[in-house]
Amino acid sequence: MRQDHLITATQLSRDDIEAVLDRAREIAADPAAFTDRHADTVLALCFFEPSTRTKMSFDTAAKRLGANTIDMGTVESSSVTKGESLADTVRVIEGYADAIVLRHPSEGAATLAAEFVDVPVINAGDGAGQHPSQTLLDLYTVRENHGLDGLTVGIMGDLKYGRTVHSLAAALTNFEVNQHFISPESLKLPRSVRFDLHEAGAQLREHTDLEDVLPELDVLYVTRIQKERFPDENEYHRVAGQYRIDAETLAAAREELTVMHPLPRVDEIAADVDASGHARYFEQAHNGVPVRMALLDTLLEGAQ
Amino acid sequence: MSDHELRVSKIRDGTVIDHVEGGQALNVLAILGIDGSEGLGVSIGMNVPSDRLGRKDVVKVEGRELSSSEVDVLSLIAPEATINIIREFEVVEKNRVVRPEQVAGVLSCPNRNCITNAGEPVETEFAVVGNGVRCGYCSTIIRDDLADHIDV
Repeated sequence: MRQDHLITATQLSRDDIEAVLDRAREIAADPAAFTDRHADTVLALCFFEPSTRTKMSFDTAAKRLGANTIDMGTVESSSVTKGESLADTVRVIEGYADAIVLRHPSEGAATLAAEFVDVPVINAGDGAGQHPSQTLLDLYTVRENHGLDGLTVGIMGDLKYGRTVHSLAAALTNFEVNQHFISPESLKLPRSVRFDLHEAGAQLREHTDLEDVLPELDVLYVTRIQKERFPDENEYHRVAGQYRIDAETLAAAREELTVMHPLPRVDEIAADVDASGHARYFEQAHNGVPVRMALLDTLLEGAQ
Repeated sequence: MSDHELRVSKIRDGTVIDHVEGGQALNVLAILGIDGSEGLGVSIGMNVPSDRLGRKDVVKVEGRELSSSEVDVLSLIAPEATINIIREFEVVEKNRVVRPEQVAGVLSCPNRNCITNAGEPVETEFAVVGNGVRCGYCSTIIRDDLADHIDV
């Protein structure tokens, strides 16, 4: 990867992605070989929004590379409550750390942070914008199960606000993948993501009903539809119910179908799917560590 | 338009922005950051008949020659505009506005959740794409009613 930062999946070429995934595979095969690779390195974890998987897996990834981590803590316990700007916060933290992992509720936050610091910034989620490190582990999971070319992938749920969806859709345009987008009308892909897909020459196939496309899919990527996106709770319950899957739903799917989810799930994937042989979402979450190790290794190597 | 039809008088030195789409003259001044406080003489003709546009606006700014980098941003709301530089009552230079690749600090992002609306010390920056502009921070695309997002 030639970039200094990882801000958006649209910046990633096929070569960039494959280089990180290849390194992640090496790491997964022999983690001990990477133990002291970044022994004098400090990684700052700056999470302005709650996180479990992303934060813990970056923390684990750094430590497994021999690096230390410093954690900004919650927003409530930081100087953000005193009104400090993000630009100032990251400029201060730049003096403490060799790289910054940033999650922030505003779209564009990581882009802004990267303008103010010289250390690598990794976007760990910016509002409803992008979440490119999640995409790398998603792609790793897909590749380990199917390879990354000649696939038909369905992405379902909240496509409008889902940052993992925006990053994944953009990254998949680097591969021979037919993408299908399944969502309620009100939660279709935003204009900016459509623009990038069109620019990349991808065809948009959109559906409101999973049944229309389920039998064709190699991968079904499910995301949560959040209650707060709907002004009316009854409307939420009516809509969300149509985008829940269970073992019975998947009876119409191919035997090799892989079901993925960035987690946390609430009730959009029933527990009976866990044992169905289609479920890969826990494996996907576990892949966060080797993939983020590979990403950190790549960016830190570049920064040196 | 012949002299006897002129609704505003000729200027001696300065810039005439002609062929502005009818109704956009005040937005033109807003984009240029001209509000009268700088003491420049400013004349505006709005909705005057035009062969090319049907109705057009004309903006005359006395005592200031606007550079192409200043006026190109006008192409977003007035793509047909022509820029005439006037010296001693004569047109010495006539240019069309050219679409810029980037627009910095002129528009505000309509996405309330964009980091540029969070009080950070940055100017907005939009890339000009297709028939619209795209926020360099949150990627939001604005296609219609660009003038509604002028923030100067």
